[in-house]
Amino acid sequence: MSSLSATIQDVFNEPGCGKNANKSEAERKKGCTKQLQPGGAAGGCAFDGAKIALQPLTDVAHLVHGPIACEGNSWDNRGAKSSGSNLWRTGFTTDINETDVVFGGEKRLFKSIREIIEKYDPPAVFVYQTCVPAMIGDDIDAVCKAAREKFNKPVIPINSPGFVGPKNLGNKLAGEALLQHVIGTEEPEYTTPYDLNIIGEYNLSGELWQVKPLLDELGIRIMACISGDGKYREVASSHRAKAAMMVCSKAMINVARKMEERYGIPFFEGSFYGIEDSSDSLREIARMLIERGAPEELMDRTEALIAREEAKAWAAIAKYKPRFKGKKVLLITGGVKSWSVVAALQEAGLELVGTSVKKSTKEDKERIKELMGQDAHMIEDMTPREMYKMLKDARADIMLSGGRSQFIALKASMPWLDINQERHHAYMGYVGMVKLVEEIDKALYNPVWAQIRKPAPWEKSGDNWQTRAMAQAEAEAAALAADPVKAEQVRRAKKICNCKSVELGVIEDAITANNLTTVEGVREATNASGGCGACAVRIEEVLAELASASHAIAAE
Amino acid sequence: MATVTVSKKACSVNPLKMSQPIGGALAFMGLRGAMPLLHGSQGCTSFGLVLFTRHFKEAIPMQTTAMSEVATVLGGYENVEQAVLNIYNRAKPEIIGICSTGVTETKGDDVEGYIKLIREKHAAVANLPIVYVSTPDFKDAFQDGWEKTVTRIVETMVDAPKSPARRDPTKVNVLPGCHLTPGDLDELRTIIEDFGLEPTFLPDLAGSLDGHIPEDFTPTTIGGVGVEEISIMGQAGWTIAIGAQMRRAAEAMQQKTGAPFMLFERLCGLEANDALMAFLTEISGRPAPMKYRRQRGQLVDAMLDGHFHIGGRKLAVGAEPDLLNEVGGLLAEMGAQLLVAVTTTQSPVLERLPTEEVLIGDLEDLENLAKAKDCDLMVTHSHGRQAASRLKIPFFRMGIPMFDRLGGGHQLMVGYRGARDLIFNISNLLMADHEENHEPTPETWLEGFSSCHATAAH
Repeated sequence: MSSLSATIQDVFNEPGCGKNANKSEAERKKGCTKQLQPGGAAGGCAFDGAKIALQPLTDVAHLVHGPIACEGNSWDNRGAKSSGSNLWRTGFTTDINETDVVFGGEKRLFKSIREIIEKYDPPAVFVYQTCVPAMIGDDIDAVCKAAREKFNKPVIPINSPGFVGPKNLGNKLAGEALLQHVIGTEEPEYTTPYDLNIIGEYNLSGELWQVKPLLDELGIRIMACISGDGKYREVASSHRAKAAMMVCSKAMINVARKMEERYGIPFFEGSFYGIEDSSDSLREIARMLIERGAPEELMDRTEALIAREEAKAWAAIAKYKPRFKGKKVLLITGGVKSWSVVAALQEAGLELVGTSVKKSTKEDKERIKELMGQDAHMIEDMTPREMYKMLKDARADIMLSGGRSQFIALKASMPWLDINQERHHAYMGYVGMVKLVEEIDKALYNPVWAQIRKPAPWEKSGDNWQTRAMAQAEAEAAALAADPVKAEQVRRAKKICNCKSVELGVIEDAITANNLTTVEGVREATNASGGCGACAVRIEEVLAELASASHAIAAE
Repeated sequence: MATVTVSKKACSVNPLKMSQPIGGALAFMGLRGAMPLLHGSQGCTSFGLVLFTRHFKEAIPMQTTAMSEVATVLGGYENVEQAVLNIYNRAKPEIIGICSTGVTETKGDDVEGYIKLIREKHAAVANLPIVYVSTPDFKDAFQDGWEKTVTRIVETMVDAPKSPARRDPTKVNVLPGCHLTPGDLDELRTIIEDFGLEPTFLPDLAGSLDGHIPEDFTPTTIGGVGVEEISIMGQAGWTIAIGAQMRRAAEAMQQKTGAPFMLFERLCGLEANDALMAFLTEISGRPAPMKYRRQRGQLVDAMLDGHFHIGGRKLAVGAEPDLLNEVGGLLAEMGAQLLVAVTTTQSPVLERLPTEEVLIGDLEDLENLAKAKDCDLMVTHSHGRQAASRLKIPFFRMGIPMFDRLGGGHQLMVGYRGARDLIFNISNLLMADHEENHEPTPETWLEGFSSCHATAAH
């Protein structure tokens, strides 16, 4: 386990991570071991994250070493697509039983690897460690090594038991496993000046294929996509690429940065969501490849292609603009999508009334502010009731989110569109943008809404649960408006730090009483941000607000 | 009589099985105002959450004690305590149901002890119903988790009646197995009520996961059987248990309250429903309503119409024991041969299946056996779709999870009407498959001729 904790330390020490770079030395050492809240948490574990990140490698056998829950409850639940092998869709698990827990599961694991190689003969077997075998001390590194020697085939240990942390940590541990055991272990058949790695793209709903034809046309070869529609040998020889595009930096920044460090492959962070973002990314790819030796004329061809594709996409979208006039969108998603989709929707003429930033980094938030203006409505964390109120209050016409919150919109009879991993449509690149606009139009103008919003014949008009809920919410708001003392109480009672349960008022008092200016100072005084550290951004905002308020007073 | 064998493979490929704790959590979801809590790391809960959301297409209440590595080694008291308090403060549940997982069972957390301590320390939750079930992931399967949880609810929450005289003959307890859908429960409720009886379902997924629009946003379950209703179940005249898995729960009910029970191992098919009608007639003292006499006729007619298509089919079914018994039994009665039966866990019902061999295995086994025995109809949950498409045989989805089709929660199997619908749906699938893939061409006649010829030559 010591090597695993060393790996985790290493991942946390990521200089490429904006969040980490803003932390003090001591804080960085502590890492972002986000203390999850019992009874108030949702989302996956590190094992989940590792498997999500690597499973789109299509020709690899993914073997989960653990009890049935880890694979049996979860296999075959993501919509990545493959252009070749379908082995990745096969669920392999050791399904360990009581006897294994008592006597150890290593023998069963070794036999499982043998069975897989005999029956399916994949180019590699990835072995995922889960909580129970980690607890009983199964050494998957040793078993993988033995199997590798015995069967003369790569058998890669992925050390990511669920209890070491959240999904995002698992993404990064998966990247570490690739860096340690896969990348650079084979040589490509040939190389070209146009070889590109794409990192952190999973080809969900086949999205990569919306962009690949453009790259093909420019003669740019995707040397390896890590990991969407990826193949083992491509990843193993990806260290010979000339440049890399980082699509989801939260998940795999460590891979991009270390490949730059070790193999001198420069990378940039880009997005293929939205027309302008797609164009920017294509330009950046061309620029980097030229810098690394591709001929200058690549840029001219890229510009020509961008001009053609943009014109086509704008023409396709133009006809929706009048239909979208005055329509408002509420966006509940996370990370890079919170700003890349914002840009996309604005291009289509939709008005954004809010976007969630729960999983966004500081940079993500800056970008949103840039796009939506300073008073961008950023939503940190919402209960279903608040989300519904938000839909109504902001008079949003449609909600775009992941599957988890869909029923809040649907049961409130509001149009909803899935933009997370379970979605059925691909939204990347120019064609994807047009598709997204089409889907929003379909959802907004579906005649079903008029029907289902009508009251039942036995319901008196206006006497349904929606109206009652809204009336209640409005009454509460009115009561607050009439009672400034109560309103101030409510404002101050807002939780800033969820881990340590610290309220806004406590933080404000501490800042004024002690003239605090830093997040660290606030933590010492109130214990806020002493847990996962995710609220550091919010505390900074409070600090800035109080500082500007005191400036204003001083100026008077 | 079928022999039961267990797969000897070290590696399970394409699991048919799901874990115990989420079976237990689903049982808790049939209680009103409930919050199921898995004592384990985050993934244990989130996998179940995603699975149920994809199946039911509903918001699913489920929480985690979010065990970290350190907490796992040191013991999870603080996590359970925090989880209970957090859930109590945020969700205001009427009951919290805790299931253990592989992680916490390997460590050996004494959760019953924890609960006692939490109640002593925090007055607010001193009287909040908290039920704990031990459900390690590395033992048994989904169905066992459900069974253990229902039994535990009966043992801990049903009050023993003060005197047998207070027993109310119009009240009936129903203990449904996890193979029944919310749609099945609604159908059963209607049938039982039509005999003038008043049923209480435990658990009642029809109240919570039938897709109705809730009156308000609640983070807990939106319907189901309430804590109060469960406590007075001992006053019922009878308990009806459905599926062999519910025997233990029914016995627990009888032992605690004296209420006698009747176990129906099957409720899909003509004979099975005749038995139900006879029983309801007997305990209610009322004749079967006209409606069911008509429905019986319709089922008989459906069997006649369907036997042309289902008769002679070589059937491969992968399902948990009781569902396997229901659907395998019905189709065997319609003349299909149950050539391949794969299941997840041991059950007395397996020996009684109309087949020679039952295998406790995975979907790879189902696929290989179906191929070897040249099966021409596969029935299992949605994960079987890849196998069926490789074998190029028609595929009928039954069981959890059913994530790639709508209406899994309303699929009907019980009652005369349920069996009729099932026969129609499967027959239509077979007819469509015939039209698409097996229409005769000049070549098929030639092939038939040459194969006849080849046989004759031998």
